[in-house]
Amino acid sequence: MLGTILIVVLIIVALIAVPVVFAIFLYNGLVNKKVETENSWSQIDVQLKRRYDLIPNLVETVKGYAAHEKDTLEKVIQARNQAMNAKGVAAQAQAENALSGTLKTLFAVSEAYPDLKANQNFMSLQEELTATENRIGFARQHYNDVVGQYNSALMRFPANMIGGMLGFKAAEFYQLSSEEKAAVQQAPQVKF
Amino acid sequence: MGAMQPTFRDLIAANKRNSALLVLIFCLFNAVVVLILGLGILAYLDPDSASHLNWGRAILIGAIAGGVAFAIALLSYYAGDQLVLLTSGARQISHADDPELFNVVEEMAIAAGLPMPKVYLIDDPAPNAFATGRDPEHAVIAITSGLRQKLQRDELQGVIAHEISHIRNYDIRLMLLMAVLVGMIVMLADLFRQMLWSSSGGRSRSSSDSKGSGGGWVALVLIVIAIILSIVAPILAQIIQLAVSRQREYLADATAVELTRYPQGLANALRKIDADPAELKSANRGTAHLFIANPVKKFADRAESMFASHPPIADRIRRLEALVH
Repeated sequence: MLGTILIVVLIIVALIAVPVVFAIFLYNGLVNKKVETENSWSQIDVQLKRRYDLIPNLVETVKGYAAHEKDTLEKVIQARNQAMNAKGVAAQAQAENALSGTLKTLFAVSEAYPDLKANQNFMSLQEELTATENRIGFARQHYNDVVGQYNSALMRFPANMIGGMLGFKAAEFYQLSSEEKAAVQQAPQVKF
Repeated sequence: MGAMQPTFRDLIAANKRNSALLVLIFCLFNAVVVLILGLGILAYLDPDSASHLNWGRAILIGAIAGGVAFAIALLSYYAGDQLVLLTSGARQISHADDPELFNVVEEMAIAAGLPMPKVYLIDDPAPNAFATGRDPEHAVIAITSGLRQKLQRDELQGVIAHEISHIRNYDIRLMLLMAVLVGMIVMLADLFRQMLWSSSGGRSRSSSDSKGSGGGWVALVLIVIAIILSIVAPILAQIIQLAVSRQREYLADATAVELTRYPQGLANALRKIDADPAELKSANRGTAHLFIANPVKKFADRAESMFASHPPIADRIRRLEALVH
């Protein structure tokens, strides 16, 4: 008699415990993925900051060789300051794109100055800026990868039933601007 | 892309599982070999001992051998990467030594969401590269000076993406343990066969002594088992190792493209590596499977065979170019 009661109690406990343990695992898994999306977003900011830091150096170096490209240089500085002060994801993305554009112009202009192009400092700054541009791109790509994983985990059963109740929302993908999309389709490969 | 991700997670889990399994098999193998070997020698030297065997002591010997094997596995887990770097003659470099290489490595680490690995250079004109370490937090990428000089930035990016993929997929842990442990099995088997040869030479004159005694055939059976084991085990271990290695290369190529989104870069780099006749001096059969392309060119001729550490480069290039639309 006592044995039967014990078995019934154990079954009831198991019926409660299994879903609870499952929910804990599900919750922790989603938290991990969400934190990953936040981390990879901040990684983009790290790279953007790095670019802001490199630009004054670059401008100073170019000034020494191509003083009368003042216009181009000022545009770069201006774009940098705008990007640093931009508020909101959309506004910042736009300002960053404008900055990328002015930098491209600056490097195109510098082609006309052989002394500048041969300058060791300029060459290393150019490499660092190219690499930083790449890093920004790859950091965004990784952010999108992680967001994709998080979102699909959230859409899978049974997370789709209880995810919302636990306060999880789908994360937003980083979208390329239409300008950038066109650039990707042309796929210009930087050759050294 | 979302549908692809579980596959990579599964792969990483499988790699970790296989690493643990490998260590277990290695320990058991060592215990069994030492046990049989010990009993065989004992029975051979003293035929009477087979009839009154001390099983407790025999099992103790086996357990000690297993323990020693586990210690070796542990050592290779923690120090194997240093061993590999030492035998390949690699030296660590810093950002100032080669900014472009460092930048490319960091770009790919960011794309894969990994911490920055250490970068090593091997002074050798043969173009090759490898990654090693026990996990992404303790990872190393090594590249030969020959490959470094031959590649343009986008090709270098492809190669580094391939190596970063090995790190992310935990191939490096499995491959590192394999390099050391399979090497040990091969060495042990060789040693055993040598011992057998020399001891049988010494015993042949007095072999008539043991004729007809009870332990003679027990010794014979045990020694025959040990011989078969010593021949079959290393071959089997190497075939498994190489099959696993070939599979990883295709996978790392695919993951590399996922990171760079530019298959042509890696394809061009592989073409350059393939076209170069130079052989890597510091590589041997034990470390060959770590590299991006087979460093032992003699074996490259038979790359299709069961004993190749890498799939044929032409096939890898074909697969990469199928991704270009």
